[in-house]
Amino acid sequence: MRETNAGRWVRRVALTLIGIFTLLPVLIILDTSVKPLAEVQDAFSWWPHHFTLHAYVQMWHTVPLAHYFLNSIIVSVVAAAISVVLATLAAYAVSRFAFVGRRLFSFAVLSTQMFPGILFLLPLYLIFINLQRYTGIALSGSLLGLIITYLTFALPFSIWMLIGFFDTIPRELEEAAFVDGTGRWGALWRIVLPVARPGIIAVAIFAYMTAWGEVLFASVLTTESTRTLAIGLQEYATRNVTDWNQIMAASVVVSIPVVGGFLAVQRFLIRGLTAGAVK
Amino acid sequence: MVNLVTDDDRRTRRPSRPRRTKPGWWQNPKVMPFLLVAPAIFFELLIHIIPMIAGVVMAFYHLTIYTIRNWSSAPFAGLGNFRISVDTSGPIGRGLLDSFLVTVPYTLLVLLFSWVIAIAAAVFLSVEFKGRSLLRSLFLLPYALPAFVGIMTWTFMFQKDSGVVNHLLVNDLHVLHSGPFWLIGGNAFWAMVVTAVWKTWPFAFIMLLAAVQAVPDDLYEAAVMDGAGMIRQFRSITLPQIRQTNLIILLILGIGTFNDFNTPFVMFGSAAPKSAETISMYIYNNAFGSWSFGLGSAMSVLLLLFLAIVSFVYLRVTRTGTEAVDA
Repeated sequence: MRETNAGRWVRRVALTLIGIFTLLPVLIILDTSVKPLAEVQDAFSWWPHHFTLHAYVQMWHTVPLAHYFLNSIIVSVVAAAISVVLATLAAYAVSRFAFVGRRLFSFAVLSTQMFPGILFLLPLYLIFINLQRYTGIALSGSLLGLIITYLTFALPFSIWMLIGFFDTIPRELEEAAFVDGTGRWGALWRIVLPVARPGIIAVAIFAYMTAWGEVLFASVLTTESTRTLAIGLQEYATRNVTDWNQIMAASVVVSIPVVGGFLAVQRFLIRGLTAGAVK
Repeated sequence: MVNLVTDDDRRTRRPSRPRRTKPGWWQNPKVMPFLLVAPAIFFELLIHIIPMIAGVVMAFYHLTIYTIRNWSSAPFAGLGNFRISVDTSGPIGRGLLDSFLVTVPYTLLVLLFSWVIAIAAAVFLSVEFKGRSLLRSLFLLPYALPAFVGIMTWTFMFQKDSGVVNHLLVNDLHVLHSGPFWLIGGNAFWAMVVTAVWKTWPFAFIMLLAAVQAVPDDLYEAAVMDGAGMIRQFRSITLPQIRQTNLIILLILGIGTFNDFNTPFVMFGSAAPKSAETISMYIYNNAFGSWSFGLGSAMSVLLLLFLAIVSFVYLRVTRTGTEAVDA
């Protein structure tokens, strides 16, 4: 768009307002986390009168945060790892082969993204407790159940994104490998994967972020010992006194692993997310 | 290192050289794609498709705490669960209708505000200026932060005395004389809308920015020659060009917001004020609060049907729109 002089000022005002709205909560998180509890409970003030890192120490004792942290890391890392493998294989099939049901597959996978979570939460919960009754495999209340649930959550978008990435890789690269005697698997492993690596890493981070932030299923499928951060963080608020300074300190620590990952791959993630929607 | 491995590989392969021309059955282009999609399909079936079918079946049974561990003993309910869900003279049907009447305006408002902010940010960030890419990264922070962190922070910000929202409105901007309670009564609805908009708009922004940047520059050039100002350029060029993206994000975000559970659950626990009880929250409370899973499933099926019909009509109507424009 061609910008006029007045337009430039409208832009500055609009972006400033949007910036304030967007960053205010981030500022509040940081600000509150370095205040003592008394100051947080008092009338709001912009800057801390007594700067303290006490909340960052205390938060580990108020709630078994380290334990929840470990649960979240195990669940998110394993779910993301499996998810990215499944998505890579499926996306490669859709991108490179013409097979019966190809369109149906892509459509069905994408449409599961649209289903209300509550619709399959209830039956999934029942299936899990019944499976346990018959096979002895504990799925409800265990990390395993959460992992296999979460690994499907990021699948639709991951497959969608990776199809886009694979489509941009010229087929000639693989065909040259076939001439050299490499099989299909070899071509996928040695030619396509190295080229698509940024996309695959972006998809892995996306799956990891999805699992890290999920609340609904975690609230039903976890017990005290398998609780993830998404549910565990709310424990600060269910005590007699809500230690908002500790919640905010914990929020900082909890956010670093995902925000860091996101910023590292945002370029590829954005490219992948937007590839299908923008034409 | 890499070379060594490849050499090794070749040496071991040499005896079975014919394989090269005749790859294993699993590399057959008729078989391989199915092997590749099989694992994804397995988990999709296990977590999405089978539970969904089971959910539909459950909706026809009196599934309660007593029969939960042994489905076969649950009595068949026919359409009973559905009848209770839509009977607005009973408390349960009435509650479902109320939550529906909260969820509809909630979804529309969140969509509207999110889109307006997103399109403004996308248009203004599509022009080159200093600090543009930094701003773009900052705008994506609400998307990158875990949803529960953002919602908890807004919950704190909406506290009556210790929250920043009332402080801003009363002490800094002098809009109000005294700060109200935001998290109880009717105000809870607005607290939830603000929180959801904050959380939702960056996704729309990511999509719209890409779409706005994909608009060919010569279109604007021609418009400027014709004396079109910025508003005119936006209305006559940008909007029509990004129409497809708009339609998709409104659908994706609309369905996501309509199913929203996180915002009320993290803000209020399972005791959300009436004004902030979305449908998902209501179904959740009914199913897990009183362990009536059959009833909860019936409501979920109704929710899915509603979304499916609305999406179908939406897609049909918007496609008809395109054809009308083309003709």
